[in-house]
Amino acid sequence: MSAGSQANEGWAALRRMLWSENPVFVQILGICSALAVTNLVRNTLVMCGGLVFTTTLSGLTVSVLRAYTPRRVRMMVQILTIAAYVILVKVVLDAYVPEVSDALGAYVGLIITNCIVMGRAEAFAAANRPVASLLDGLGAGLGYSIVLLAIACVREPLGLGTFFDVPIPALADATRWNVMVIAPGGFFGLAVFMWAARSLNDWRTRRRAAGEE
Amino acid sequence: MNPADLHPLVILFAAITTDNILLARFLGMCPFLGVSGQLRSSLGLGAAVIFVMTCTSVLNWLVYHYLLHPDGVFGIDLTYLRYIAFIIVIAAFVQIVEMVVERVSMLLYLTLGIFLPLITVNCAILGASLFMVTREYTLVQTAAFGLGSGVGWAVAIAAMAGIREKLARHGKVIPQLEGAGIALVIAGIMALAFVGFSGVIRIN
Repeated sequence: MSAGSQANEGWAALRRMLWSENPVFVQILGICSALAVTNLVRNTLVMCGGLVFTTTLSGLTVSVLRAYTPRRVRMMVQILTIAAYVILVKVVLDAYVPEVSDALGAYVGLIITNCIVMGRAEAFAAANRPVASLLDGLGAGLGYSIVLLAIACVREPLGLGTFFDVPIPALADATRWNVMVIAPGGFFGLAVFMWAARSLNDWRTRRRAAGEE
Repeated sequence: MNPADLHPLVILFAAITTDNILLARFLGMCPFLGVSGQLRSSLGLGAAVIFVMTCTSVLNWLVYHYLLHPDGVFGIDLTYLRYIAFIIVIAAFVQIVEMVVERVSMLLYLTLGIFLPLITVNCAILGASLFMVTREYTLVQTAAFGLGSGVGWAVAIAAMAGIREKLARHGKVIPQLEGAGIALVIAGIMALAFVGFSGVIRIN
């Protein structure tokens, strides 16, 4: 097959990952960090950057190595590949944004066991060619980032009255919703996002069905 | 208070309640949402998590302080390798336990063993080991923290499964919220209840 069709296949996978097969609210993967880091937009952005980097490059690597990986140790090879990239992320964050790295703490390391990274390596990269796997990983990372940023953009202003650490003048006198910053806010935020996204999908399906009649 | 001075028992109780690894730290969400449909299987998974988490956090403490730390056997700073080292320890431990359980007791294998492969990628297990490093616990504190986190996780998933079983039988849920959505709402309410414990003890 030509390189062109491989890229097309990859773009299709990338598009699916963004919405219709979104890893977070359709496949319910990677929920841990989606809840833990989304109370500040800045931390969320850094976390998403780390995850996009890891899913993209681990997709590529797992795909390149797939012919040389014995089936029995496949999972181990995938985990080690992912862990190697996560160490790179951690070292870079420590060097350039140490305060964000401290705030994220163990959650950077937990990208290793983020089910999205493992899930894409196992479900796509282990059976597809490198360029397609790279794009699929990129799509999974971006699909995750969309959801996290949407939730963070609600939680931080409501909880702290700030956006990207800058106070919002309109919210200066508003009551702070403390619950949005702590754990329950994360659960409710994600549940509401899931509800909205699924309702939108249902509405679009109904409209399309009505249009065909 | 300096975390190094905390009594292990304090850490044990805090890990179960105020600092519940699932409801306050959000770790181990994927199996939590996936398996919590049935009380029986969630109890099995909970027991397996308690066992593996206690053992691996202690093993990882030993690996970290005797192999990776500059004061350890090699005398050089290898702490940046901790992610790889921890995940290898966890995966190897789970593999060994699975083989032993399969040989020793078929009954135990059927109740616990089937959940073991799920555990390698349970982020709560790796999370407990990573928190143990960032909070600079001693060996005894680490054992208490691993056990407490495991128990806290098991309590949360068992409570959740109980609620979901009831809900499936008697409740009506908005179709778009069915499954993971309603589970998240329930988890949020449970987390609110656990927030009630905060202020009692603080460990981080």
